[in-house]
Amino acid sequence: MSFISYLVTGISLGSVYAIIALGYTMVYGIAKMLNFAHGDVIMIGGYVVFVAVSNLGIDPYVAILISMAVCTVLGVVVEKVAYKPLRNASPLAVLITAIGVSYLLQNVALLIFGSDTKAFTSVVTMKNITLFDGQLIIPGVAVVTVLACIVIMIGLSLFIKKTKAGRAMVAVSEDKGAAQLMGINVNGTISLTFAIGSGLAAIAGVLLCSAYPSLTPYTGAMPGIKAFVAAVFGGIGSIPGAMIGGILLGIIENLSKAYISSQMADAIVFAVLIIVLLVRPTGILGKNIQEKV
Amino acid sequence: MALLEVKNLGISFGGLRAVNAFDIEIEKGQLYGLIGPNGAGKTTIFNLLTGVYKPDEGIIKLDGENITGKKAIDINKAGIARTFQNIRLFKDMSVKDNVKVGLHNHHSYSTLEGILRLPRYFKVEKEMDERAMELLKVFDLDQEADLLASNLPYGKQRKLEIARALATDPKLLLLDEPAAGMNPNETKELMDTIRFVRDKFDMTILLIEHDMKLVSGICEKLTVLNFGEVLMQGDTSTVLNDPQVITAYLGE
Amino acid sequence: MIMMSEQKTAKGKLKLNKVTKNDLITYLMVVTVYVIVEILLKTGNLSSLLQGLLVPLCTYVILAVSLNLTVGILGELSLGHAGFMCIGAFSSALFSLGLKDSIANEGVRFFLAILIAAACAALCGILVGIPVLRLKGDYLAIVTLAFGEIIKNIINAIYLGVDSHGVHISMKDTMALGLEPDGKVLIKGAQGITGTPHDSNFTIGVVLILLSLIIINNLVHSRTGRAVMSIRDNRIAAESVGINITKYKLIAFTISASLAGVAGALYSHNLSTLTALPKNFGYNMSIMILVFVVLGGIGNMRGSVIAAVILTLLPELLRGLNNYRMLIYAIVLIAMMLFNWSPHTVAWKEKMAAKLKRTKKEEA
Repeated sequence: MSFISYLVTGISLGSVYAIIALGYTMVYGIAKMLNFAHGDVIMIGGYVVFVAVSNLGIDPYVAILISMAVCTVLGVVVEKVAYKPLRNASPLAVLITAIGVSYLLQNVALLIFGSDTKAFTSVVTMKNITLFDGQLIIPGVAVVTVLACIVIMIGLSLFIKKTKAGRAMVAVSEDKGAAQLMGINVNGTISLTFAIGSGLAAIAGVLLCSAYPSLTPYTGAMPGIKAFVAAVFGGIGSIPGAMIGGILLGIIENLSKAYISSQMADAIVFAVLIIVLLVRPTGILGKNIQEKV
Repeated sequence: MALLEVKNLGISFGGLRAVNAFDIEIEKGQLYGLIGPNGAGKTTIFNLLTGVYKPDEGIIKLDGENITGKKAIDINKAGIARTFQNIRLFKDMSVKDNVKVGLHNHHSYSTLEGILRLPRYFKVEKEMDERAMELLKVFDLDQEADLLASNLPYGKQRKLEIARALATDPKLLLLDEPAAGMNPNETKELMDTIRFVRDKFDMTILLIEHDMKLVSGICEKLTVLNFGEVLMQGDTSTVLNDPQVITAYLGE
Repeated sequence: MIMMSEQKTAKGKLKLNKVTKNDLITYLMVVTVYVIVEILLKTGNLSSLLQGLLVPLCTYVILAVSLNLTVGILGELSLGHAGFMCIGAFSSALFSLGLKDSIANEGVRFFLAILIAAACAALCGILVGIPVLRLKGDYLAIVTLAFGEIIKNIINAIYLGVDSHGVHISMKDTMALGLEPDGKVLIKGAQGITGTPHDSNFTIGVVLILLSLIIINNLVHSRTGRAVMSIRDNRIAAESVGINITKYKLIAFTISASLAGVAGALYSHNLSTLTALPKNFGYNMSIMILVFVVLGGIGNMRGSVIAAVILTLLPELLRGLNNYRMLIYAIVLIAMMLFNWSPHTVAWKEKMAAKLKRTKKEEA
């Protein structure tokens, strides 16, 4: 029974990683860059909700919407100011700038909120589900998180397939030049991608802090890295891959924490990643693009 | 014994049969042309000959030695060098260094000798420097020796690629569309260069080309490829006047 | 150790001298700074803050130039460089601590410790490099990051002790070592190694910097260096001229890892307590070094030295601004990247370069 309980928590954690990973993978697919600051947008999302609910007494659901709005704007602004000018620069240059943005966000939060841990009041009001005469307790947060992840996945897939803007995103990610020649507004599409990714990051932040209610300026960094690992694990650029990678990662991490040791959990997660990539170098669902000779 | 003997070469990609039952024999010192419409499989054959792809069937023999399925590095060591359809120079290295990389396997000293700057380093570097400049001079590139390869004009970049390939001291040189993007003057110069390379370096050359002036101007024998299969083989004039070949190129 | 070129043909002599001259300028720069710092030190003009930074600065410089070998010369993005530093730090500290009583001569012992660090890090480099170097760019980046984290985590979990029976290792705790009463615990898991002899100093640091620079520069301007760079510039073309891709990728990566290990040895013999914290040996450190490399110019060794020094001193010198210093650091970083790489700046630079060329031609 405890195994299933760990599994459930792992899936819940993995769902959060999946939502974050979606943002990474979408941005990577379109802008061909690793948005290192993505993890810190999660942290900002968490702080906005915290301030709104704890300090301003705003209704949690409204607070979430506000947080999504803030993060979306933040993502678009960062892209316009820091990433767009470097679109034709080397990928390393963009990566370093993203790192700079990450440091910036962390230190702004540090200045405003201080380094002490804030106690985050969970926005999830759903009660735990008790099964099998109390032998298995599924946390309400877990249910909400997994549901949110599924809804987002379905919503995103529909968006990509059925809307003009979504198809434009795919086009730009395949061939930016051709898309532009077809009349697609490349800049707008890229901004939209960042907007969606950042909005999702806000949701992830709220869910993460609801499940693990401690919030510091550094809360977003490690989940960000892990989510990026998940995106690569599932095949970078692939949306279903991000979901699979995220959930698998969450399960592996939680089971390792439970059965082996909490210190080695991270190492094990990374080790699994390495093994998968060695066997399947482009990730689970990654596309194997042959270089033309 | 022919320098290059290929029998029944074939490869499929997924469900697509890219090359089928390909035979060719090239004698030492020949200028041989491989022509055919776009997508016929010419570059694929180059990739098979140079070890980029491993063939599904067939045998490739160079100077009597069976090199089928060998890795690209070993095939180069056995004596085949090539240029590429889209020029592949080492863009952030100098013109001279590009050639020196080609000389890598024929002039060697260990990494340690390089780091410690032992006498062997100076001796071999001097040899490589002289040899590289010799080659550059042949192609009239010696003035640009210290320039970055990416700063050369297009025509000179092509020549540099050929110089680098020759630096590996091959028996057989494969040129993939060497005249692509050249104007008639440059093409004529290229024709002279190719003939000169064959004569001075005692080289056997197989080239892929679309420019018929160049093909009819320097190639002694041709193989026409269509849909991955040999359509026609023989002397240049015979092949080029064959009605089937004309149809394949120009359509009905 | 640097041998001037012998008499050669006119063209050959000119080229070798130009390259050697460039390297010599870098070495001269390092020596000059060393002399200046030593003078300031002896005349008591160096604040204790700066004094404490001297050895760490040397460590970061060596880390930066060694990473530049992987990123700039080999052309691969490695995010796990700190892992090799960690291996070097711990292996050398373990050696020095374990043999503190056996080898009396500190100089000899430290020299051996550095060699051990280099060797262990090199071995690790080979082991990691073999599977990793065949991955494509971004995947290679994440896997190296993963390796860096794994190395740190494992070292954090190790308990190691010696007694009359030999060496005992455990992943659980000190008790599980089962040491004799006269045994010594050398590595205490997350508490790391305590009591490493303080053998590092600024002079040794500078010597190691110079050695690293000489090794890397000599490597780059040699047949091996050209092979490595050809792989970076065009792997398929390199293969077509007979370059053994795996061999040369591994050589560059291993030397890079080995030098990081040396930096680790310098670092660990400067502290009394050595722990594998995320701050010191995790991806944060790897990323900090990467920032030095990119800002100094990818492939530009002298730039790495300068960037490492400036970017390490900057936050310290900004201490007056206290809470705002990391914020300013981040802003400076972003600003420098934008300034260096935005299309406006690139176009402006090209215009300037063309103008310079024209002026030179007119003068000639």
